[in-house]
Amino acid sequence: MNITNLIRIAFRALLRNKLRAFLTMLGIIIGVGAVITMVAIGQGSKESIQSQLSSMGSNMITVLPASNVNGGVRIAGSSFQTLTSKDITLLKRNVEDINSLSPSVTSRGQAINGALNWPTQIQGVSPDYMDIRKLTLKDGISFTNADVLTSAKVCLIGQTVIDNIFPNGENPIGKIIRFNRIPFQIIGILNPKGQNAFGQDQDDIIIAPYTTVQKRILATIYYQNIYASATNESVTDAAVNEITETLRESHRLRDNEDNDFQVRTQAELINTLSSTSGLLTTLLTVIAGISLVIGGIGIMNIMYVSVTERTKEIGLRMSIGARGIDILLQFLIEAIIISIIGGIIGVLLGITAARIVTLTLNWPTIISETSIVVSFIVCGITGIFFGYYPAQKASRLDPIEALRYE
Amino acid sequence: MSKRILEIHDLKRKFTMGSETVRALKGITFNVEAGEFVTIMGSSGSGKTTLLNILGCLDKPSIGTYQLDGVDIKALSRNDLAMLRNHKIGFVFQAYNLLPRTSALENVELPLLYNKDISSAERRERAIKALEAVRLAERLDHTPSQLSGGQQQRVAIARALVNEPVMILADEATGNLDSRTSYEIMALMQDLNQNQGKTIVFVTHEPDIASFSSRTIMLRDGIIQKDTMNENRKSAREVLDNLPHTDDY
Repeated sequence: MNITNLIRIAFRALLRNKLRAFLTMLGIIIGVGAVITMVAIGQGSKESIQSQLSSMGSNMITVLPASNVNGGVRIAGSSFQTLTSKDITLLKRNVEDINSLSPSVTSRGQAINGALNWPTQIQGVSPDYMDIRKLTLKDGISFTNADVLTSAKVCLIGQTVIDNIFPNGENPIGKIIRFNRIPFQIIGILNPKGQNAFGQDQDDIIIAPYTTVQKRILATIYYQNIYASATNESVTDAAVNEITETLRESHRLRDNEDNDFQVRTQAELINTLSSTSGLLTTLLTVIAGISLVIGGIGIMNIMYVSVTERTKEIGLRMSIGARGIDILLQFLIEAIIISIIGGIIGVLLGITAARIVTLTLNWPTIISETSIVVSFIVCGITGIFFGYYPAQKASRLDPIEALRYE
Repeated sequence: MSKRILEIHDLKRKFTMGSETVRALKGITFNVEAGEFVTIMGSSGSGKTTLLNILGCLDKPSIGTYQLDGVDIKALSRNDLAMLRNHKIGFVFQAYNLLPRTSALENVELPLLYNKDISSAERRERAIKALEAVRLAERLDHTPSQLSGGQQQRVAIARALVNEPVMILADEATGNLDSRTSYEIMALMQDLNQNQGKTIVFVTHEPDIASFSSRTIMLRDGIIQKDTMNENRKSAREVLDNLPHTDDY
C-alpha cells in the first residue's frame, strides 16, 4: 500500500476537522514558539553583553573594594572603603604590565542649567579613563592631570544630559552648569554610545576629575573603583597578580588575611555574565521544553479520543480493504502531520515574537538556527511517539465490532 | 461462461464467551454462480449476520470451507483477507457508512486508495463512472449531509462497484429507507444484476425485498431451512411505477 496514498488519506482526514486539528497542535505551536523566542532572547542578550564588554577592551581590569560581589554587579554605597590614593601611587610605581590607571567615584544628583534641570550621574575619573573605556570626544577637549591636581571644576558632558538641559541646540562648550550646588564648566562633549547591555543609557553622564568629585561632591577620600588597562591581552593575568600583590602590601594585609578588594578582568566578567545568561537560557528552554511535552500529551489525548470516535470509520476502512498496518500508518501520519505543521507555525510564531520583543522592549534577539532544527526534530519525535499508541489501538480493532459500534 | 463465485461447504462457526458457547452456524452448504441475485433471509438469531461476516471475509469459519472466486480463505492471513475484501467484494451497509464531510466522489474513491495499482487519474475516472452508473453524476461534490438517504445509499453502492468486485454483499441495504426509496434501490440492484451481470448477495429479513431476487436462502437457527429459486420474481421498477402518487398526508 503506497505511502503517498496513506499521506493523502491522513491529510484528508485532518482536513475534515480543521478546528480539532488546530486545537490539537496548539500545544506544540506554543511550546515551539516559546523555545525559539526564549533562546533568541538569551542569545541576543549574551551576544550583546559580550560585544559590549569586548568593545571596552579585553585588557580592562577593574578593582572593586570588597570581596562579596555577586557576579560582577557592584554593590553601591560607601560601606566598603578600602581603595585610596596611596593605592594609586603604589600601583603606578610597581605594576609594569599596565599602561593606564584611573580611580572612579560616582554620585547621582541634579544637573542644572538655569531653569532646566535633569537627574543624572557624575563620574569622577582621571584622564586615563578615556583610554581605558575607549571614550571619544565629539567636540572640545578632555581634562588633564593638572585639572586633577587642582580639583578643577571642569567636566565632559554626555548627549542625553545636553538634550535635557540645552534643548535649544546651542553649543554647551564653555557654559557653566551646576551639579547639585557645584558649578562646572563644560569643556568637552562625549560621543554618543547609546544603551549598554544592561539597558542603561551610557550618554546620561557627566565626567569630571576625580579629585573634584571626591572633595566637592562626595567628601570622601576613598574610591569606588580603580580601572586599569593591561598593556596587552597576554599579560592581563600577570597584571592582575601584580595589582593584587601591590594592593595587599598597600593595605598591609597579612598572609592569612583575605583580600579586602576584588580584581576582575574583562574576560572574567564576560565569562561570568555569559554563564549566568547561559544558565538563564537553559532554564527558560527547559520550561519551554516541558510545554512541548505537554503539547505532545495533548496530541496523544486527542488521538485516543479520535480513534474511539472514528471506530465506525475504521471498521469501514477495514471492510473495504484497509489492513491493520494501513490504519496504523494513517493515524501515525496524522499525528506526525499535526506535530510538524504545529512545529512550522510555532517556529514562525517564535521568530515573530522575538522580533516584536526587539521592536517594543529593545531587547536584542538573535534567532538560533540550532533551536529551529532541534525544535523540528523534537516535533517529529513527539508526533511519532505520542501518536504511536493510539494508532496501534486503532489498527487492532476488530472490523466486525467496529462496524457495530454506536 | 458461468463461474462459481461462492463455494461454501459445511460451514460451522461457534463463539465462546467465558463458559458459554454459542453455535451461530451449524453446517451451511451452498454455492453461488456468477450473475445470480441471491437473498439470504432469516430473523434475528438465525445466524445470517455471522454468515455475512464470513462471506465478507471479515471473519473465518471454525470448521468448513469457503472459497471466494476459487480462493480458499482458510489459509489467508489478516492482510491477505483485507486485500481480498478490497479486490473482490463490494460492501453495502444498512447505515451507508459514508465518510462525513467528504464529497461523494472522495467517498467512492476510498477503496481505490487502498489499491496500490491504481493511479490517481484512473482512480478519479473510475469513481466518476461508478457514480454515473448509479445516476448521481451531478452530485459528485455533495457531502452526505447534502444527500437524501436513498442518494447516500447509491453513493455507497457506487463505492462498492468501484474496484470491480466479483460480488456485491449487501447487509439490509434498504433497512434505513422508506418504501419508495427502498424500491428505487432495489431497482438499481436489479439493473446492476440483470443489465451489468453483477453477482449480488443480499441479506435481509423483509420478504417483499427478497422477492426482487432470483433465489432465496432461508436461514433458521444456524442451518439452511430452504434454498429456492424465486418463482414470482418481481420487477422493482414496475412496483415503483405502480405506487400511488401521494404528495401530502
